[in-house]
Amino acid sequence: MPAFGEQTSAAEVLRPHAEDAFAAELAALAARDDRPRPARWKLSPWAVATYLLGGTLPDGTVITPKYVGPRRLVEVAVTTLATDRALLLLGVPGTAKTWVSEHLAAAVSGDSTLLVQGTAGTPEEAIRYGWNYAQLLAHGPSRDALVPSPVMRAMTEGTTVRVEELTRIPADVQDTLITILSEKTLPIPELGQEVQAVRGFNLIATANDRDRGVNDLSSALRRRFNTVVLPLPASAEAEVDIVTRRVDQIGRSLDLPSAPDGTDEIRRVVTVFRELRDGLTSDGRTKVKSPSGTLSTAEAISVVTGGLALSAHFGDGVLRPGDVAAGVLGAVVRDPGTDRVVWQEYLETVVRERDGWQDFYRACREVSA
Amino acid sequence: MTGTDRTGSGGSGGPGGAGEPGGRTILLGVRHHGPGSARAVRAALDAVRPGIVLVEGPPEADALIPLAADEDMRPPVALLAHAVDEPGRSAFWPLAEFSPEWVAVRWALEHDVPARFIDLPATHTLAWQAADDHDEDHADGHAGDRAGGREPGDRPGTAAPDVRGDPLAALAAAAGHDDPERWWEDVIEHRSPGEGDALAPFTALEEAMTALRETGEGKGEGEGGERGALDARDLVREAHMRLQVRAARREFAQGVAVVCGAWHVPALRRPATVAADRALVKGLPRTKVEMTWVPWTHRRLSRAGGYGAGIESPGWYAHLFAAADRPVERWLTKVAGLLRDEDRIVSPAHVIEAARLAGTLAVLRGRPLPGLGETTDAVRAVMCDGSDVPLALVHDRLVVGDVMGEVPPGAPAVPLQRDLTRIQRRLRLKPEPAQRELELDLRKETDAGRSRLLHRLRLLGVGWGEPVASRSTGTFRETWRLRWEPELSVRVAEAGVWGTTVLSAATARAETDAVTARDLAGITALAERCLLAELPDALAPVMRILADRAALDTDVGHLAQALPALVRSLRYGDVRGTDTGALAEVAAGLAERVFVGLPAACAALDADAAEEMRGHVDAVHTAVGLLGDARTPGRGDLGSRWRAVLRVLSARATVPGTVRGRAVRLLLDDDELAPEEAARLMGLVLSPGTPPADAAAWIEGFVGGGSGGGMLLLHDDRLLGLVDAWLTGVPADAFTDVLPLLRRTFSAFEPGVRRSLGELVGRGPEARGSVTGAGSGIPGFATGLDTERADAVLPVVRLLLGRDPAPDDNDLVGADT
Repeated sequence: MPAFGEQTSAAEVLRPHAEDAFAAELAALAARDDRPRPARWKLSPWAVATYLLGGTLPDGTVITPKYVGPRRLVEVAVTTLATDRALLLLGVPGTAKTWVSEHLAAAVSGDSTLLVQGTAGTPEEAIRYGWNYAQLLAHGPSRDALVPSPVMRAMTEGTTVRVEELTRIPADVQDTLITILSEKTLPIPELGQEVQAVRGFNLIATANDRDRGVNDLSSALRRRFNTVVLPLPASAEAEVDIVTRRVDQIGRSLDLPSAPDGTDEIRRVVTVFRELRDGLTSDGRTKVKSPSGTLSTAEAISVVTGGLALSAHFGDGVLRPGDVAAGVLGAVVRDPGTDRVVWQEYLETVVRERDGWQDFYRACREVSA
Repeated sequence: MTGTDRTGSGGSGGPGGAGEPGGRTILLGVRHHGPGSARAVRAALDAVRPGIVLVEGPPEADALIPLAADEDMRPPVALLAHAVDEPGRSAFWPLAEFSPEWVAVRWALEHDVPARFIDLPATHTLAWQAADDHDEDHADGHAGDRAGGREPGDRPGTAAPDVRGDPLAALAAAAGHDDPERWWEDVIEHRSPGEGDALAPFTALEEAMTALRETGEGKGEGEGGERGALDARDLVREAHMRLQVRAARREFAQGVAVVCGAWHVPALRRPATVAADRALVKGLPRTKVEMTWVPWTHRRLSRAGGYGAGIESPGWYAHLFAAADRPVERWLTKVAGLLRDEDRIVSPAHVIEAARLAGTLAVLRGRPLPGLGETTDAVRAVMCDGSDVPLALVHDRLVVGDVMGEVPPGAPAVPLQRDLTRIQRRLRLKPEPAQRELELDLRKETDAGRSRLLHRLRLLGVGWGEPVASRSTGTFRETWRLRWEPELSVRVAEAGVWGTTVLSAATARAETDAVTARDLAGITALAERCLLAELPDALAPVMRILADRAALDTDVGHLAQALPALVRSLRYGDVRGTDTGALAEVAAGLAERVFVGLPAACAALDADAAEEMRGHVDAVHTAVGLLGDARTPGRGDLGSRWRAVLRVLSARATVPGTVRGRAVRLLLDDDELAPEEAARLMGLVLSPGTPPADAAAWIEGFVGGGSGGGMLLLHDDRLLGLVDAWLTGVPADAFTDVLPLLRRTFSAFEPGVRRSLGELVGRGPEARGSVTGAGSGIPGFATGLDTERADAVLPVVRLLLGRDPAPDDNDLVGADT
């Protein structure tokens, strides 16, 4: 919504929208794009895929990759939008769901700002429409008194709307999407009217499927979506990279000392998380049980940050096994009944035998006891 | 019967429409197991109507061709060639319904046209194989057809390496595709038949292959070595094929059709003199070979199988071949049906959306038609909520498929029988219908061989010998009851699908059994049998699966059940000199998991479950004891950790009484617990605060179950006193509850022990308290010790023990029994 944004220049905002940050790339793609575009799309599906996955245009313009992951997923996502099916991006925290949805909207519609943030308190008005009560009282119900939601605006304008954290929205509110997605229309019973979606309208939702306290999608709603699951980082190296970078950023904002010596510990935390998550040791030789927690990259980041704070304030400033052991235990053992056994088994059968992990083993034994 | 007529009609729209003159030789270059190739072959045959069909394959199988028309013959099947004197040396030519070669053979049979195999006889190729084995060179001798994926002659475990590179990959790269399989599918397999000239695709392909061979051969000459040797074999094969084609052309004026791997087409086209070809095929090594048809499965056609024909999706190909039209829509409907059967909600709307998505994806990826990749992506996104779990099912059941071939009973005998006969002769073990017992001493070479054979046959379901309890207790003896029933021959024939020798078949069977075994105990039992049958190659996968299953099994009971068998196997392995390092490792890991899970698993059990758990504790205790002796690197302190677990068990109130009592007893027996401490624990349990039923269970655990607990009570009057005092203190209403349990406990004691206990108790607590003192003794015994008579025994005892006279001889008097 440009009303307030116009007062500040793009350079000053803390975080520019995708379509502003990569305006040059989008323009270059649009200029070279000679393939057919679906109605009201700013780019053809091929160009959208290129925008996300990166590449070099014939004129030498380099398109930076926005998403590093399987090409297949991006192709399915773009194709889904092109077939006017709604797209549901699933994944545990830290798998770039929001990032992908923002860039998809920016590339397809040139506008990523039509956004409904899902929370436990998201009301129906956020998806359908609200009323301007001053207008309503003064002039009675009319289209002028209607405050359209982002979804409604996207329907009238034929653009892409995003719904973040769909599963956090209460189930009854979620289900208002069913009519919109299947009939492509939004009735306004108060006025005896309806808003019909024009071509080009589509919806991208993101959801976290392995978290506690979420409202599962009803099967009726689920049927309206094509689902793409965004995977966790494919390699341990990639994940260590992500964790190190994020820990560094968070650490700076919390004025924690940066810990270059802690890379070993970060690698260890990432390894533990990956092994328990995958149910397989990193050498691929031993299977292990998986605990009930998600053990996402985001959690690894918070464990390391916590350990860093612990070592800075109560330790010698170097990230040591003892600083992260408690955090790892807390992340792994979510359900004290079953997860504790899983954790101990992992400690005894995998950690104890591993070279150079003795300190970590002892620290974990200490906090587990 | 095979859906051949339906699709054939497309090509027969204009027989001879291509204007082929009769008497011409047409070369149909194919990709083995390519459904598009198969369709094209049939269309071409319908159009040309040749007088004879020549197929790339071993000519020894010519006599078997009529069997292909048999009613009981259902593909997938394979032609099996094996050396007569060495059944382990064999080669397979798998044929699926959608294989061009199969289609060609069937076409010939349906149209009463002779069909012949024209490849180099297996008698030479198998001889080559032997030479290769001899040179330790495991490159497959006739891994020929680059264009056809891998040649089917692979032996288990040795994937044919693409020594000269993949011509398909080169062609695909030239066309700008990164995936050669996909390129081939787009260009050849997904073409619909019956459009225009039936021979056009073959002509185009031949041109491409010619160009490819020219560059490839130019390159190949410079490198020589192994590559040159393999090239030479290809040249020999092609020379043989040329000779055969030439002979057929003379014989059949009506025209000759040749179906062979696309790679060979340029070579067959090339003019070469008969003399030169003859020279090439002259003087080749020979070995006596027999051929037969064997049933095959889709799973084995796929790359995952040991005899993989190198196609990843036989089910998908079969579908492409059989589907009349709209293959994607039909496929998605099939997938929906499968998912529905598995109770997933999949509506026709899902199918519609998946078809749309697959179609659009194909456009986005620039493919003419959605392939397996696109349909799989669509199924995942639309029908499976993005999850790979149901997708794995689709892959297993449909993409690969469960299809199993059948072979008519008239097919020649399988080589397994021949191998068995040979072994029987060597071990002088005749199959006799009369039952007899056989005593084997495993230290003797022949007897060990017999034992191995019998165990292997048992694994294969050929129950010739039945192991019976040996009269000797030594682990080096085995007793078998032998009886050869006539139907066992049938069993041997059935087992022929597993391999060509008893050893390889038993190995393959054991591996498959391990994958499909239901529970952990089943796999450990299998490991035991693998050791007995001496199948070292099977043991490794079985162990891997065992370790995986153990890691994921959350039921400690299963783990505890599996452990004893495994430890027993370890000991067998030791006796037979097998390398049991991996086994010990797995066993130690298993024990470790039991230790971690046992205390938690003992909480909140009812009486039956507690009794079962006590059995597990006993079994694990024995196993850990045995395991302690075995070499377990890095795990030497298993015993002490187990005792720590026992201590936890003995002290935890939520653990049922019988398990607690048993834990205390085991610790006591191992001298880990001082008798006073045991008495203290017993006193705690038998104190009035404990419900009588729980206390009785504790006693049952402590002394019951044939553990020789009676003697313990007899000799430690402190313990007996505690029991006695507790029992007399049990209130009258609770007494009837604990009575059955106590009866069970005490009735398990030996009669003598029971009588002595009764006498001890009968004398009352005061008298008993003075048993060791000067009080009245047991009837028939003096009240005190007659030291003089006791001393008289000492010289003999000293002699037995070989001990010097000690200064204080009375040491011995104090010693317990």
